[in-house]
Order: sequence, then C-alpha cells, then structure tokens
Amino acid sequence: MIEITGLHKKFGKNEVLRGIDLDIQSKGIVAILGPNGSGKTTLIKSILGMVIPNRGNISISGNSIKNQWAYRKEIEYLPQIANFPGNLKVKELIHMIKDLHQKPTNDEQLIDLFGLQPFLNKKLSTLSGGTKQKVNIVLTFMFDKPMIILDEPTTGLDPKALIHLKELIQYEKTNGKTILVTSHIMNFVEEVADEIIYLLEGKIYFKGSVDALKKQTKQKNVEHAIATITQNSTHV
Amino acid sequence: MISLRTLVSLICFLLTNGLIANTILVCNSCKANSVKKGIALASDFDTLLIKKGIYKEFNIVVDKPLTLKGEGFPVVDGEDKGEIIRIVADNVTIDGLFIVNVGTSYTSDYAAIRVVKSKNFLIQNVVLEKLFFGIYIEKSNHGRIYHNKIIGDAKDEYNSGNGIQLWYSNHVEVERNIVQGVRDGIYLEFSDEVLIKDNASTNNLRYGLHFMFSNDDVYTNNIFENNGAGVAVMFSKRIKMYDNTFRKNWGTAAYGMLLKEINDAEIFNNTFEENTIGINIEGSNRIVYKGNDFKNNGWAIKVLGACYSNTFTQNNFLYNSFDISYNSRLNDNVFDKNFWSDYTGYDLNNDGIGDVPYRPVKLFSYIVNRTPETIVLLRSLFMDIIDFSEKVSPVFTPDNLFDTNPLMKKSHD
Amino acid sequence: MFKILKYSFYDLMRSSWSYVYFLFYLALGFVLLFLNNDVSKAVITLMNIIIVLVPLIGTIFGVMYFYNSKEFTELLLAQPIKRSSIFLGQYLGVAFSLTLSLLLGLGIPFVIYGLLESTAIFDFTLLLVNGAFLTLIFTALSFNIALVNENKIKGFGYSILVWLFLAVIYDGLFLMSLIVFEEYPLDTFSLVATLLNPIDLSRTLILLKLDISALLGYTGAVFKNFFGTNQGLIISLFTLILWTFLPVWRLLFKAKRKDF
Repeated sequence: MIEITGLHKKFGKNEVLRGIDLDIQSKGIVAILGPNGSGKTTLIKSILGMVIPNRGNISISGNSIKNQWAYRKEIEYLPQIANFPGNLKVKELIHMIKDLHQKPTNDEQLIDLFGLQPFLNKKLSTLSGGTKQKVNIVLTFMFDKPMIILDEPTTGLDPKALIHLKELIQYEKTNGKTILVTSHIMNFVEEVADEIIYLLEGKIYFKGSVDALKKQTKQKNVEHAIATITQNSTHV
Repeated sequence: MISLRTLVSLICFLLTNGLIANTILVCNSCKANSVKKGIALASDFDTLLIKKGIYKEFNIVVDKPLTLKGEGFPVVDGEDKGEIIRIVADNVTIDGLFIVNVGTSYTSDYAAIRVVKSKNFLIQNVVLEKLFFGIYIEKSNHGRIYHNKIIGDAKDEYNSGNGIQLWYSNHVEVERNIVQGVRDGIYLEFSDEVLIKDNASTNNLRYGLHFMFSNDDVYTNNIFENNGAGVAVMFSKRIKMYDNTFRKNWGTAAYGMLLKEINDAEIFNNTFEENTIGINIEGSNRIVYKGNDFKNNGWAIKVLGACYSNTFTQNNFLYNSFDISYNSRLNDNVFDKNFWSDYTGYDLNNDGIGDVPYRPVKLFSYIVNRTPETIVLLRSLFMDIIDFSEKVSPVFTPDNLFDTNPLMKKSHD
Repeated sequence: MFKILKYSFYDLMRSSWSYVYFLFYLALGFVLLFLNNDVSKAVITLMNIIIVLVPLIGTIFGVMYFYNSKEFTELLLAQPIKRSSIFLGQYLGVAFSLTLSLLLGLGIPFVIYGLLESTAIFDFTLLLVNGAFLTLIFTALSFNIALVNENKIKGFGYSILVWLFLAVIYDGLFLMSLIVFEEYPLDTFSLVATLLNPIDLSRTLILLKLDISALLGYTGAVFKNFFGTNQGLIISLFTLILWTFLPVWRLLFKAKRKDF
C-alpha cells in the first residue's frame, strides 16, 4: 500500500526526517510512535502531500505521490488539532466536505453515535475541544476509503466517545482497511495496534508487532517497552 | 396724408435710383460672360448679377463702387494662378460667391478677396475653399464681413495663409463667419475699434484668433475650438472680450488664450474648457476677469512674468488640474469671490462665502513648471501631502495669493 | 476550484467584514455626493480615495483572511483537491467579495444620484475598473506575503509596508529622481517608473481621462504618443492585467512548494 524510500525533510536547520524507509503492505492497524518532535506528524503529512519532502519518494498503491492530489481520494485523514473555519456551522462543514468529495457517506449514523445532534446548528468556534474532535472524527470516518490516517485521535475525548472511537477503528479494520495511527496513549495503542513503528530523531527505530516489541524489550506492556527503548536509545 | 407723401417720395427715390443703378447679368452665354467683363461694362453703383456657373478668372479688380451678387453660388475658380478679387474702390459689396483655388505663393499673400484702401465694403455670404489667404482687408475702414464660410485645407504653417486678415483697418465688423483649416482663423494687426462677433474659428493650424497692436476692439460670442495654439492677443489696449468660448486647444504650447502685453482689458463671461492652458498671461496689467468659467483645463490660468493689478472675481474654476500657476513668488493681483471646485473649506455663518481663504497655487504646479516630467505624478497621494504642507506654510508659492472670500456655490451656471 | 471559490466567497459574504467594507463605501459614496451634489466632482474626489484606500483595504483584508482561514486551508489540503485550486479559489473568493462590495457600495449611491444620466459615467466606470484591478492586485500581494510569513504580526507589518511603499514612498523617490536628473531626458524613465507601480498605473489611467489637457502640455514625444493616443490606455490596461497575473502566479508557485 504505502512505500517510502529515503525520505528526508528539513525545516530550516532542523532535520526532522533523516531517511525513512517504510513499507506498509498489510491491512490492519499500524501505530506510529515516538517522542515529541520525532517526526510522526511530518511523516504523516508527507504521505498526505501537505509537507513536501526534500529527498526520497513516497508511493501509494505503486504510484509516486509527487505533485499528485487524486490519490487523497483513497485516504481519510484525521488531523491532530481540530482547526476548523470558525464561522461555519457544524452542519455546513459536514455538507461542505461531502460536497467536495461527492461520495456516499454515513454521516448521520456517526452523528448519532457521538451525540452531535444538538451541535449541528452551532458555529464551530463555539464548540469545546472535545466536541470539535468528535466533529473531526465524523468528517474522517464518514467516507468509505481503503486507507485511514489518524493523528492523535484520542485528544480531548470523553471515555464514552473513546469507546466509540475504538469500536469504529476495529470496525474499519474488519472491513479490511489499512489504518495508520499516532498516539501518546499507550493503552490505546496496545489495544488497537497490530504493528508498531517507533520513530526516533527522524529515523525508524523499531518496526514490528506489539508482541515482538514486548519480547525485544522484555517488558509486559507497551508503555514500559517504549520507555525502555527510549532509555536505551539515549545511551546509544 | 403724411404717409401718402412719404410713400410717393419713396417710390420716386426708388425709381430714380433704379434709373441710375442698372443690373448687369453675368453668365456663360451673356454678353458679359465673365466677371471681369461685367465690371468693365458696369458703371458706378451698378449690380452685377452673376448667374450660376463656373468662371475661371483671377486678378479681378473691382475699381468702382459695385455690387457683385451671385445667384445660386456661382463658382469663381482662380485655378491656383494668384489673387482672385481685389477691391480698390469704396462702397463695394460682394455677396453670394463661391471662390476656389487661390494661388499659393511664398512672396505674395494672394487672397480670395482683397480690399485695399477702400471704405464701406461689405463682403457677405461668400464661400471660400482651397485658399491661401481668404479675405484680406488692407488699410480699409468702415466695412463689414458678414456670414462667410472659409474652409481651408492647410497642412503646414509656412505655405498657408489666414482666413480673415485685417491690417491697418479700423471700424470693421466681422460677424457670423465660419473659419476653419487655415493658418490663423482671424488675424488683426494695427486695427482699432473692430467688432468681432458670433464667429466660429475652429481647427486652424495656428491661432483661432490672432491679434497684435490693435486697440479698443470688442470680441463677443465667438467660438474658438481645437486650434493649434488657441487664441493669441498681444500688445493691445482696452480690449473687451465677452461671452466667447475657448475649447479643446491641446498641445505643448496651446492655450485657450494667450495674453501678452495687454493692458486695461475686460474679460467677462467667457468659457475656457478642456484647454491645456486656459489663459496664459504674460506682462499684462489692469485686466478684469469676471464671470468666466474655467472648466477641465490643465492649467486654468498660468501667470508668467510681471502682471500687475489684475482682478479675478466671480469666476468659476471647475475641475482644472491646476487652477493658478505662478512662476514667481510675487503677486500683485487680486482674487476675490471666485468659486473653486477644489475648495474644501466650510461656511459656518452660512453667508455663501467660505470661512477659510483658498490658496489656488499648488506647490506641485511650481514643480511641474520646473521639471515637466513630474506631471505623471499628478493626483498622487505623495503630491497631495506635499501640497498640503505648502498650503500650511508657503515656501515656493506666493504667500499673499489667496482668495479671501471663496464662494461656496458657483457664481453662475 | 470553483467549489473553493464558492465556499470562500460564501464564507466572506457572511462575515461582518464584508459588510463593514460595503457599508463604508456606501457611506463614502453618499457623503461625497451629499457634500458635492455634483457627480463629476464626486468622481474626482473618489479617485483620490480609491487609489489609496482600495489597495490598503485589499492588503489588510487579504492578510487577515489568509491567516484567519488557515484552518480552512489545512482542512482542504488533506482533501483530494489540487493545491493550486485551493489557493486560487480562496484568493478569488476574497478578491471577488471585495470587488463586489466596492462595486455595489459605490455604485448604489451614484446610480441613485443620477449617474446614468450624467456624463461622468465613463469616468466612473473607469474608476470602478481601476478599483477592481487594485483589489485583485493587492489581495494577491498580501496573499503572497502571508503565505511566506507564518508570523501574523510580521505578515501584517510587511503588507502595510508594501502598501505604504507603493502608495506614498515610491512616488516620493520617483519625484526626487526626476528632480535630481532633470537635465536628462526623462520621459521614458517616468513612464516606465509609472508602469512599475500598480497604484501609479491606475492613477495614470484615470489621469488619461480627467487631466488629458494638462498631460498634453508636456513636450516629450514619448509622452505625446503615450498620452495623446490610445496607446497609453492599452499599455496601461495590459500592464495592469500583468500586474494581476504575476502575483497570482507567484502565489501558486510558492504554495506548491510550501509545507503545512
């Protein structure tokens, strides 16, 4: 599905990605982990074409994405910070995104699921962070696309919404989709991820299944495993 | 009874006159088959009735008091050989002729009709085309040039002549003529007490009206439009100019009117519209400008050199790029109660007169005089700022030049 | 692109700023006409205002909109839409809504006061065309500045500087160089300098109409050709169009290479 070779990206003097090679062929859920500033979001944005890499190539379904845009029809993206045009109403925003895609959606079902009904006629600027994130999730999951990229999807969610989100992710997984997710909540990762990619200082430090990670670090849960990796790396 | 006696005497008078003044027919098949022959056959006070036709003649000399009257505009064709009609006798009338093809010369000023040292002439309803000079009045007083049409096709100044020219001729009336496409439409030199009225002088190469050394003349109701350099009035005294229109005289040295060494003139109720310079004034004193309209000119009034004791009052200055331009800091002229469309003051006591004096001279006009290219910066914000600061404290422009009583409304429509 | 344009335009039409702008012009038109009660004079005053204010408003509005719609832009960037369509659509949305406010805001009072019967209608139309061009140009310039500057304060600062430079300082330098080099033939220089500044350019277009009598007073042959024939009008209009396209082209070029 996604093939990345020799990806480099600098922001000014700050080298964020230093040669990422990545091949995600499997269906299922891939978690991208790493400390702050390790390049997770940059990597995701590169895949989406929002960040233009300095070097390297990204191919999706065998085609390079450079200067392309149509491939995004196959990707659902949940941005990290839910920033929306403030003076739009929720309903209008959903309508607009639907209008831009011209594809069938199941937005009503999702609105029900997250209890957004009372907010539909409110302006986005008046919503709380968590409600915005729910809107964000609705916008992401309402289409039926083979690939889903989620950047910190749990931010600001209440427990109930978090459960719904996990269900959604599981549901999409069973539909045979490829799901890329970043998160700081290790429990969440442990629960949903099939595979883990650990980024450190712009490089892939670990790639493998959750079990492989635990085995390698000899830890019982992901949280400790990650902590161990980070510790080791600082000694390296 | 009285009226009957008057009638009888009138009839007697007409009969006796009729007996003396004969009418001589001139036509291609007549005994007089040319104008020249007609004149030769005629005696004093006869009328030559010239029938419709073409008369190829030039150097026709009218040497006795005759009336040459055309019927249906007979054509007198000079075939470019020289002067066509020369009047050397008093009391001659030329009426209703179509005169064409005056010869062009670099040594003699050939004219379609020339009047030399003769009194009481009348030239009317004449049409002139393909001419060099049109009507040339030379040392002849007390005449009238009425309702003629002079259509030239002048291309260059050096080989073209003037439409109507007066030279040392006083007490002449020039009325309702149309002059176009010649060098100077109407030209006067050393001619006093002349009345120029209701003429239209347009599209001439040089000046619509040009006069020098001619005093006590009156100009009213004329239109001067689209002439090469407008109207030039020079070295003359006591001129009266009323109700004339000066329009669309565009170009480097073009103006509605040029006043040079003019003293004691009255310039009332004229309209100056869309000229590069409305009035260009040089060395002219004691002139009263009153009730004139200056509209959409580049410069409404440009004052060069010493001009003293002129008065500008009740004029409308409307949308000119520059209202007044001075090339010195001295001012001895009075501006009072004019309407300035650029005036931005207020009238708190509602007496129709602005409470703040208006300064019609902008710094920018001074700059443009110095560096003409700067004209492209006209109406730019930077210029407005500079003009404003100059307005507040004049450095380059005359500091005593302002209209203390600017009108809030146009002085007239 | 048209969808983006539609949404941006729609978005702006609902924002109070468009109304402020519209009401400002409406008030300006009425006040001018009320004070002068003469369409011709109001057109001249209006010209002075338009060539200064329209660029300023276009600049401020453009920067403001660009920064304010950052979220919208980021949302769109993840959608299957071409980047150039996103920016072109937003740009046109802003420029069109500003132009519409200008046209309606000034058009309504003037039409009410009898513009259609007045001889000033051509001058007025020219003024509005100029205003529209200036809006397009300065919105594009401000988009350019905002795109390159992540920092809002910097972006605002630079935009105002650009406006100040083109509206005032440029003419000051221009005037100074004309006076300093007055012994040399300067007509070609002054025409070129005029073409290089969109504000001067649109001012010239209006001068051609209002002050042709004065412009023809100058001797230079180049001037004469430029102002005395239709050449001036054609060249000025063409350059204005170029002035509109260049910043838009640069905007799209830069946007294509920018990281979000």
